[in-house]
Amino acid sequence: MADFDVPVLKEYPVIPVIQPGSMAHLSPFKSKPDHNTGIGFPGELVDDWHDKAIAKIGDMVKNSRALQVFLDICVKCGACTDKCHYYLGTSDPKNMPVARQDLLRKVYRRHYTFAGKFFGALGIPGFVGAADLTKEVLDDWYTYFHQCSQCRRCSVFCPYGIDTAEISMAAREIMDTIGIGSKYNNEIIVKAHKIGNNLGLPEPALVNTMEGLEEDVKDETGIDVKFPVDVKGADVLLITPSADFFAEPHIDGLIGYAKVFHQAGISWTLSSYASEAANFSMFIGSGDNLKKQAMRIRDAAIDLGVKRIVAGECGHAWRVAYNFWNTLIGPFDFLDPNYPIPQHICELTHDLIARGALKIDKEANDHRIITFHDSCNVSRASRMGNIPGGQFSIPRDIIKSVANNFHDMAPETIHENTFCCGGGGGLLTDDLVELRVKGAMPRMEALKHVIDDHGVNYLTAICAICKSQFSKVLPYYDFPMDMIGSLHQLVSTAIQLGEKD
Amino acid sequence: MSSVTMLYAVLLYVAFAVLLIGVVRKIVIYARTPQPLKIPTTPAPVTKAGVAWRIAKEVTVFESLFKSSKWTWIFGWMFHLSLLLAFFRHLRYALSPESFIWPIINLELVQALGKYAGFAMVVGLLGLIGRRIFVDRVRYITSPSDHLMLLLIIGIATTGLLMTFVERIDVIMLKSFLLSLVYFDWNNIQAMPTDTILMIHLGLVITLMFIFPISKLLHAPGVFFSPTRNQVDNPREHRHIQGWTADDSATSKPV
Repeated sequence: MADFDVPVLKEYPVIPVIQPGSMAHLSPFKSKPDHNTGIGFPGELVDDWHDKAIAKIGDMVKNSRALQVFLDICVKCGACTDKCHYYLGTSDPKNMPVARQDLLRKVYRRHYTFAGKFFGALGIPGFVGAADLTKEVLDDWYTYFHQCSQCRRCSVFCPYGIDTAEISMAAREIMDTIGIGSKYNNEIIVKAHKIGNNLGLPEPALVNTMEGLEEDVKDETGIDVKFPVDVKGADVLLITPSADFFAEPHIDGLIGYAKVFHQAGISWTLSSYASEAANFSMFIGSGDNLKKQAMRIRDAAIDLGVKRIVAGECGHAWRVAYNFWNTLIGPFDFLDPNYPIPQHICELTHDLIARGALKIDKEANDHRIITFHDSCNVSRASRMGNIPGGQFSIPRDIIKSVANNFHDMAPETIHENTFCCGGGGGLLTDDLVELRVKGAMPRMEALKHVIDDHGVNYLTAICAICKSQFSKVLPYYDFPMDMIGSLHQLVSTAIQLGEKD
Repeated sequence: MSSVTMLYAVLLYVAFAVLLIGVVRKIVIYARTPQPLKIPTTPAPVTKAGVAWRIAKEVTVFESLFKSSKWTWIFGWMFHLSLLLAFFRHLRYALSPESFIWPIINLELVQALGKYAGFAMVVGLLGLIGRRIFVDRVRYITSPSDHLMLLLIIGIATTGLLMTFVERIDVIMLKSFLLSLVYFDWNNIQAMPTDTILMIHLGLVITLMFIFPISKLLHAPGVFFSPTRNQVDNPREHRHIQGWTADDSATSKPV
């Protein structure tokens, strides 16, 4: 079914021997001029791209301590070389975090360090790991900075915490600045700016879809569970990835949130203006667009007069919400300070379960043998609850509260060691299927073990990208594509709506 | 004053000035460069004390490196610990016997440990260089300068060991020379011993001091400024604004 070799899952993880250039052929479609101009960048590669790119690097290191420090201090110790799922799945050495960073670092060294300038002038910049920015280097940037899902696994293992995600975001920003963007990301950001969500779903369609869901749930349970849109004065504004409105298996998660709100008696609403939790501007490292996208949420919250903002299941969106919203669109003095701002839907559900506010029948999930995939941005770039690591315990606590059969995957593949699904960071596009399949290999290997040992038949995720990615790649590894599901689908199955009181 | 003494006196002053000014300049740059967004690698401490503990573990026992690669950790840690011990042992050349520091760091212990640390240092460095030669992934990311820096320090350690165990030099004379530099006693600079091996040892150290502020050796001060390690995980409780997130008129907005 594939025109490339799907990796063979092994009994034990094996670090591959490097195969230089093995993924050099694969890069995503480039964006069309109006996608670039729509988000404030030149439509096509500018004539003075070399000088502009060099200048941009200098500008960026002045404005980001992370970038300045990370470009300076890597000692090339190699600790990260076997940590990236894309390296493990493709054997291409430029997918080793340090080598990926070096694509940018060598140009920085050439132009912004004494050693690089000196040996560059002598004609041997490579002596100190520096290099000129050539068309070939630029092509490498486009290829390999779009083979990074910005999952931060390398940053866990780096002795200095160097985070390739920061480097790859910066590199994409530099490329956008000179007129090279990826179609998938830039097209989506344009839609989000114009319409308010990545799908380009306008208000009437959203309302229509939610009405359809109300009917479905009524048919199934006999209960009037509401899916409100643009209800002024609701307590909670739900900001969830737009995939939850349409895609399988995401939509069953949305039904789960609605049932939780319903049973807890919390009034809530979606916003047709801010109908997207995802913020792809993070993937392309664009602060302007990141803020512009996020600002819709603040505006919607004020406009609707809500007291709380709750974020649905989405990995990078939770990173943006948890870590960046207060900075970008705060302060939130108009919201109720008695609740976390923002609050993750898992925090909310966890809290309600702990207080006994939900009527749960765990046996309803007995046909499922469940494991949990920690999404990278939740695990390594955010938190839930009050203690470090709450992002690991809270989702698992919920699963164990609503189901009887739960088995974790191997410890070196979960929590902060989790392997990316292979489709994060703005790579969830069909032009990169080969990369996505190969990058999923480490996760698939860990999954295979719990399937073989425990008969696991349900892979839980709390990220829209993970869910779409797994639906796509599971069949390549001969696993059923429908074994991936939302955490709140499990809640939805177990919650007993009619029986409370 | 002999020309050798003169040459080394000048070089040591210049090299030390380059090292000091270069590193301080970089520290100032790191400290002043804004970090616009919160990016700690989580799970991260939720208090400043927790962050101090996290960084203390990174710089003393190389916690993250221990998680990633046991071989690199063993060799790297062996080298750095030996470097620290050797540094203490060398303090006697730069401090007068009356210095208040001696009672604190225990002269006898430092002398004894420092004497043999040189061997551990060489073993550690050979291990690190071996990884660069034999592990294909590490070989791929290695530049000539990466090898040369290791060789440079191996050279320093080896010449040091030779002076301690094989070809002893007049350390009293060396100490007089160095103390006269340390105390800026320029009218009365003492002669430096002219053993070849000492001249090589000091020449390599001077080279290292020149290289430090313009190379990856900046990881030493840099690690303290790494945002993924030194930020407190409290974005919901405390609004973090810095750089372009504090000043919306800024034109460049890198994430």
